[in-house]
Order: sequence, then structure tokens, then C-alpha cells
Amino acid sequence: MLARRFRSPWVYSALVAALSAVFQLDAVTYKYESLTAVDAVSLSIESGTRIALLGANGSGKSTLLRLLDALYFAESGSVSFRGQALTEQEFEDDRFAFDFRRRVGLVFQDPDAQLFNPTVFDEVAFAPLQMRWTKQEIFQRVNDAMDLMQIADLKDRPPHRLSGGEKKRVALASVLVLDPEVLLLDEPTAALDPRSQSQIIDLLIGWGGSGKTVITATHDLGVVEDTADYCYVLEKGRVTASGTPNEILRDGHLLARANLLHAHRHSHGVGEEHSHPHTHPHTHPE
Amino acid sequence: MSAFIEKTLRGFSSASEYAASAELLASGGGLLQDVDPRVKVAGLFGLVIVVAAARELRVIGAIFAVALVLAFGSRIPVVKLAGWVWAPVLFFSGLIALPAIFLTPGSSVFAAGGLTITSQGLRSAAFLISRTETASTLSALLVLTTPWPRVLRALRTFRVPVVAVVILGMTYRYIFVILRTALEMFESRKSRTVGVLNPGDRRRLAAASVGVLLSKSLQLSGDVHLAMQSRGFRGEVYLFDDFHTRAADWCWLAGFAALGFTALWWQR
Repeated sequence: MLARRFRSPWVYSALVAALSAVFQLDAVTYKYESLTAVDAVSLSIESGTRIALLGANGSGKSTLLRLLDALYFAESGSVSFRGQALTEQEFEDDRFAFDFRRRVGLVFQDPDAQLFNPTVFDEVAFAPLQMRWTKQEIFQRVNDAMDLMQIADLKDRPPHRLSGGEKKRVALASVLVLDPEVLLLDEPTAALDPRSQSQIIDLLIGWGGSGKTVITATHDLGVVEDTADYCYVLEKGRVTASGTPNEILRDGHLLARANLLHAHRHSHGVGEEHSHPHTHPHTHPE
Repeated sequence: MSAFIEKTLRGFSSASEYAASAELLASGGGLLQDVDPRVKVAGLFGLVIVVAAARELRVIGAIFAVALVLAFGSRIPVVKLAGWVWAPVLFFSGLIALPAIFLTPGSSVFAAGGLTITSQGLRSAAFLISRTETASTLSALLVLTTPWPRVLRALRTFRVPVVAVVILGMTYRYIFVILRTALEMFESRKSRTVGVLNPGDRRRLAAASVGVLLSKSLQLSGDVHLAMQSRGFRGEVYLFDDFHTRAADWCWLAGFAALGFTALWWQR
């Protein structure tokens, strides 16, 4: 129906591409003084997909997320969101800035950087207050987000009295309260105990199941299959490989080169001790 | 092991313990804990003004007695009040009051070794110490019966600028993060230090620690700013006020006002 309205199929396909690509990056480079953190990265992220950015520490994952959240701006190349270039000039316009901030949310790796309010309730209410929603709506949405993240009983607690897992859930609630269409996650399971990790992953799977775009930066290969449909591997600021989690996780040479595998002495049950590159958990063929 | 590191660690631990105890008291049940924070700020601040304006010791004494009753009703242990408030206030106000005992001219009460204690000097010292002790006890009642974030939010009712309230809130929040970082740094240093540090090494250790903490704080403040921007901060901040004043709160406010006016009337 819609295609018939456009005389040229090229115009129609360009429009569809612009609407479906949430983020489009073309040769994006970003430097910290002389250190190149992101080097000529080009990629396209489609709406409703779950993407993993895989890489070791210092590979440029966090910087790339900050570029996607328009906290940093590309020194060369371009980043666009829904076909609109993300530049400092664009963000001078309050309407554009508020609209973008409502639609894209970033959960930082360090919850202490993200949780800057005196109580959990204030933390979750911060973003809706900036959006100047009505008091009633804020109250409703904050309570919904706290229920979703199972933190309603923590609402009057100061963040410094929370455990690592609780802090992470509060940080997630503080972003999900806006119901963004894109969620950017920086190492969501870092420094969490196994139970907190599984809670966060379950919550993400539940939320991402509603057709949202989720981009996760991680070096934890154990969570990739559960949280991503497609992966990009970063090394020294460059995208060196991409593919489905199954394709990436089966490529031992790639993972070893990207410092995503480790080797230490171990044994399997009563078996003999040995050492080889691996992730956790892993098995050996019989 | 260096006494310097031990002392510093003890200081960090006692600061954390104080904060934890204060939060526990504030979130527990009690007479003042149930009162609207705005009423407490207005009422207790009003009484502090009355104490500052009081010209008779019996008036100050009466307000101090009321403060003690409120502390008792709010389940604040007297030992904690003595340790956190009365002893430090007595020490510092005593340092200021001590010369007044000897230097204020007036009728001699006691003289020895060329020093004369005058009755006017004693009266001045008694006024200074009783005023500061009573005002501090009233202030402590506020912060020990109200979670700090709610104290800050109550300040908004009295036209304190929102930026000041937010800065105070963030300071409160990050003091604990930086305190924990400092504690970890000193514990790490303690685990690798054998013997006693000489004064020069102590100075170098203190300077290096301050430098590292400053650097970490700057990096953290940069990340916090980015996190604020990411959630829509555009240079102006907004706060959520959810106070509900009940009939009992109005009664408390009337009670504070009645006490203040009675105290002023009593010394006419």
C-alpha cells in the first residue's frame, strides 16, 4: 500500500531504511587527546534488534556507547539516529534533546556514577522530572519502574547503602522509567555475583522481548547468547568482526586475538589438570 | 604498623558508623520521626532563634529540658547525644569561653596566681556554653530524626534555591563513595606497610592520597555529569515534593510556636 504512494521504489526503500535503522555510523572516529578510542567505525543497527559490542578492556566499547548516546560527538565521520545526524548543533535545540533523551537510555558501567540522588525514589524520578511530566504521571511511572525492577522496598534508601546488584537494578529502573525505544548497556553484569547477574539478564530478556532495541557492551561471553541476536567485535577501537553469537563464539582464533578468552590451569571433575584458552562454562568433546 | 594509617582508618570507620547510626535513628519510630520534616525545620529553627535571643539562663535551661524530653521520646540514646553533640560542642565553645571567665571585668569570685575569675565572666561563659549546647541539641534532633534527603527537601519549602538543595544532596551522596575509596586506599597501604613511617613519609603518603582521591573525584564528577545529561539534564534541576501535612503536624507546629512565645514572654 505504502509502496504504491511513492513513484520511485528507490525513494521508498531509502525511507524504509532510514526508519528501520535506529543508528547509522559512518567512519566514526573519536580520540582522547592522542589516544584513538574509536577508529573509523561504520555500522548500522536495525530497530528491534539486540546487539552485543564485544571487546576487551580499552577496546572502545564504552566510548562507542557514549557516542551513540550523544554524550560525545564524533571527531570525524557521522552518527545518526533515525536518519537525523547527532551533532552538538542539534543538541542546542531543547525539543530535539529532550526527545532524543526520552527515546535513548544509557546504563553506565559504574552505578556510583549513575546514582547521584540521595534516595532510590529520587533517582528513578530524576529523568521524568527533567522531562517535566506531571506529578501524577511521574509518581505512576516511577512506581511502575520500581515494581518492574523489584526495588519498590528500597525507595527511601540512599544508594550508598545498597548492594552491587541492587544498585544495578536501580540504575536500570532510572533509565527504563522513560520507556526508551533504545537501551544502551555498559557491562551490565560486571562485578555482580552470579545470582544478581541472572536477575539482571532475566529482567533484560523480559524488557527486550517487547520489540525494543538493546545494545550491550560486554566482555562477558557467558551472557552474549541470552542478550544478543548479533555481535560486533571491537579491537583497539575498530570493528574487526561481526556475526551471530553462535558464529562469533565458535571462532576461537578471533576471541583469543580480541583478548576475550583466557587460559589457566583447571580440571573437569576428577580429570587431569590442563590449560587452554576457554570461556566459562566450557566442556571438551568426548 | 604506622599509627598514622591506623588513626586515619579509625577516622573513616567512625564517620561511616556515625552516618549508619544516624540513618537508623532517623528511619526508626519515635516522637519526632513521625512529624512532617517542614514542621520540624520551622519549629526547631524557631527555637534555636529563641535560644539565641534569650537573656536568662532559666529560659535556655527550660528549652534544653524540652529538647531532652523530645530526644527521649524520639529514642535517641543520651550516650550518643553526649558523644556526638555535647562533648565536641563543650570542647570548642569551652575554648572560646575560657578566656572570658578571666578577662571579663567585674566582681571577683576567685583569685589565684594573678588570675581573677569574675562573676560576670562566669555568667558570660555559662551563656555561651548553654546557648551553643541547646542550639546544637535542637539541630541534632532535626538531623537524627529525619533522613537527610527529607531535610534537604524540606528546605525547598523555605525558598532555599533548588541548586543549593541538589548540590547538598549530591555532596551527601558522594561523601560516602569517596570515603569508601579512601578507606580502600588506606587499607591497601596498610597491608603493604611494615614498621613505623617517619614524618616525611607520612606527609608524602598523605599528599599522594589526597592527589589520587582528587583525581578519582574529578573523573567521577565527569561521569556523573554525563549520567545527568544522558537522563535529560539541561542545566536546570527539578525536585519531586511529596509532603503531606496531617492534623498532628499542625498541632506540632502550634506546640513549637507556643513554646517559643512562652519562652520570650517569660523573660520580659
